[in-house]
Amino acid sequence: MSEAVVDRDQMNIVIVGHVDHGKSTVVGRLFADTGALPQGKLDSVRAECARTGKVFEYAFLLDALSDEQDQGITIDTARCFFKTASRDYIIIDAPGHIEFLKNMISGAARAEAAALIIDAKEGVRENSRRHGYILAMLGIRQVTVCVNKMDLVNYSQEHFDRIEREYREFLAGIGAVSPKQFIPIAALNGENLANRAASMPWYQGPTFLETMDGFIKAPPKVDQPLRLPVQQIYKFTAQGDDRRIIAGRIEAGRVNIGDKVVFSPSNKSSTIRSIEGFNTQPRTSIDAGWSTGFTLSEEIYITRGEVMSHVEHAPLVSTRLRANLIWLGKKPFLPNRDYKLKLGTAAVPVRIHRLLKVIDASELNSQLQKDHVGRNDVADVILETRVPIAFDLIADSESTGRFVIVDGYDVAGGGIVVESVRDDQDELRSEARLRDFNWVKGSVGLDARAARFGQRPALIMFVGKANVGKHRYAMAVERALFDHGRATYLLDGTNVLMGVDHDLTVDATQAELVRRFGEVAYLLLDAGLLVVSTTNAIGLADHSAVQALIGDTPSVVIEVDPRGVSVAPCDLRIRGDEPESEVVARVTALLTSRAILR
Amino acid sequence: MDHLDVLEQQSVYILREAYRHFERLGMLWSIGKDSTVLLWLARKAFFGHVPFPLVHIDTSFKLPEMIAYRDRLAREYQLTMIVGQDEATLAAKNTFPDKFKANPAMTDAEQAAARTACCSLLKAGALSATLNGTGVRRRLNLQTGVYEIENDRQPYHGVIVGARADEEGSRSKERYFSPRTKENTWDVGDQPPEFWNQFKTDYAPGTHVRIHPLLDWTELNIWEYIKREQIPTVSLYYDQGAGTRYRSLGCGPCQTPIQSTATNVDDIIAELKSGKLRNIAERSGRKQDGKHGLEELRRQGYM
Ligand SMILES: Nc1nc2c(ncn2[C@@H]2O[C@H](COP(=O)(O)OP(=O)(O)O)[C@@H](O)[C@H]2O)c(=O)[nH]1
Repeated sequence: MSEAVVDRDQMNIVIVGHVDHGKSTVVGRLFADTGALPQGKLDSVRAECARTGKVFEYAFLLDALSDEQDQGITIDTARCFFKTASRDYIIIDAPGHIEFLKNMISGAARAEAAALIIDAKEGVRENSRRHGYILAMLGIRQVTVCVNKMDLVNYSQEHFDRIEREYREFLAGIGAVSPKQFIPIAALNGENLANRAASMPWYQGPTFLETMDGFIKAPPKVDQPLRLPVQQIYKFTAQGDDRRIIAGRIEAGRVNIGDKVVFSPSNKSSTIRSIEGFNTQPRTSIDAGWSTGFTLSEEIYITRGEVMSHVEHAPLVSTRLRANLIWLGKKPFLPNRDYKLKLGTAAVPVRIHRLLKVIDASELNSQLQKDHVGRNDVADVILETRVPIAFDLIADSESTGRFVIVDGYDVAGGGIVVESVRDDQDELRSEARLRDFNWVKGSVGLDARAARFGQRPALIMFVGKANVGKHRYAMAVERALFDHGRATYLLDGTNVLMGVDHDLTVDATQAELVRRFGEVAYLLLDAGLLVVSTTNAIGLADHSAVQALIGDTPSVVIEVDPRGVSVAPCDLRIRGDEPESEVVARVTALLTSRAILR
Repeated sequence: MDHLDVLEQQSVYILREAYRHFERLGMLWSIGKDSTVLLWLARKAFFGHVPFPLVHIDTSFKLPEMIAYRDRLAREYQLTMIVGQDEATLAAKNTFPDKFKANPAMTDAEQAAARTACCSLLKAGALSATLNGTGVRRRLNLQTGVYEIENDRQPYHGVIVGARADEEGSRSKERYFSPRTKENTWDVGDQPPEFWNQFKTDYAPGTHVRIHPLLDWTELNIWEYIKREQIPTVSLYYDQGAGTRYRSLGCGPCQTPIQSTATNVDDIIAELKSGKLRNIAERSGRKQDGKHGLEELRRQGYM
């Protein structure tokens, strides 16, 4: 008697709104009116209330936890399961109290649609606005506004219209999508929730339940450009498995076996060889929504955090991005401090580059004169990451256009990317991307070279003023590495200057000298070598430009500073009077700790 | 993608995030249907492998079918199988079945209290000791089928659990990644925000994180998935001719089967859909779930 499993849609709906405006009553009453409650549940809660002399509240029904009942407010999102004739719902009852904004966001972020409850008598309040802003930021576009407690305003249409007008104006002001539907309800009596109210004949629109069933399930983003943030590279050797699998979820688009794919920000490319799975049919193509895995035709060294795409629709890469964010941390978001940015699967150090404005999210038109972002504030900022990351603008791709910020051990804020901001290395980075995406590969790959040489290529740069001993140390380091069987090359700046830069000697710009030096270094690194460089022409200040050209190839910068005055960041600083053997030992240790030497 | 695909893919994503961020990761396996689906999802996520240990807390009162099934799957799937037990409490006969034997005249209220106390030791206590390494861990030797003392006593930093939000009230407040304090307790009032699939993957020394890949699944989803993937389950879930079956699995003395003639997965799905069980809570056969019993156990770190 096998009955076919009928596929039913499941939809997450979040209920938000200012505290006491009636969220729990809406959910509780909806359950009661549709027969969704377990047998006897309602009666037992009513009896419990009668026994303790409390007025029955639907909120009691939902509050499963004792400390919540003590406080009488929803402190965390509660999830209830509920079904109508057309589909299954998970109703998320989000707390309306400002203290618990982070819980409201956690609940709302899982939702595909939202109902915002406004108390007809109290009207639009602080969290009505703040929640409206957050729904917009979270990307929830299907929103219904319920104007509740209509019984307290004599079911007045005029009153209802005024609230609708006011709230629509507010949303327009923050650039949010205007809700399709405003519904006058009285949740306590179940009016216009599951059943149409006789008390408001002037309202011809759908009931809340009808609106819910009208929400559309957003299809996976199959038609957008491919985005797969790399989650991890697996090489499970157990039971003779020799697959090297690039694992991740396709957030948008589609990919086929045989497609050429590129990885950003490293700019590496390869071809999809297979689509892997367990207990599934073999596939030749896979699309948005699937947590999957691939093997590649040419093995390339990539890491978690990179975004796989097709070459013609690659994501943006920069260190600067303009964002709208909301801060939830107990401690404020401060300039001149490092935080962690998590975007897609990438996690990189980040700072505030510029604080453009801080807004009180409850008003959203009042700009605060602040030099930091306080708890529950909303801000418009330019962020700067320490290393380039791949991302999209929120308007182009949702999953790679939003991020959270971690302070210490906790997620403390989240936001959306609204603009890519140029940084100093923008041009060089574009040059490197164009170069890499079109790079013609030989049949010997980087991995093969790395395996043979027992090393990953790296640039070891000695910088500092003239005649401080850079050349002497560089020679010693190269010699020692070479004598240990490494594949090395000493790149002396003079040699580049006399040859590759010959045409520039008259009116050389520093930028062009750096560019050429970087491109030469890149060729040597592509050969798999440990390149030890020493040059007077290129200093510590030029390092990020060189890095932009050599991409994710690691570099180690050693500054020779006899006067001990430099404070610029570098990997190793020496004074120039150390014995060469000591410097060799320290550099070797550094290379080993970074897994450059094996 | 159908709704089971959507649930499956999110769970796989969560499992992979857990594996990436927690060096010392373990997965609780109660042998029940939920954590067995979880085990299956791990094999999905890691392409046939299960790259972390499975931890089972054996109260010694589990039904024998459960233990046989556990060891069979462990050997078939080549699992790192760790078992923990509160040996001191068992030796001291400080358990509900022992106490009840000594005093069969216990009132219902006394029984309820003794049951909760028993769970608190044999489950919550043993779990916490096994996880933090203060308790003995035994590991299945896959060659010989014998459990041997495990030398690795390092605490787990990430623990994957098969909790579902629809099971009972307190679980509906869980996050996918939910921090536990040094004392193994859950501060439900102050949980970190969780959005856009960015989870709490940073944790202070001494604390650990519970990971809940099945949070969005319902009981029906679990059975539908078992059917679709043909996942092996314990025979106790099915009526063997007596007109009863277990709906959820626990210890023998504290559990009663439900009236049901469902003999296979299809029957169970039909039963769940027909609404026959709709108004009966899933854990109603479990006697320790008194008014606040379960919530209290949860705070102590049980499940
Ligand atoms: N008069 C009236 N009171 C209501 C209505 N809906 C909710 N309330 C009351 O408003 C108060 C707050 O409701 P509750 O659902 O707990 O609000 P929440 O904080 O948004 O979840 C409670 O005392 C409810 O009984 C309504 O339609 N009419």
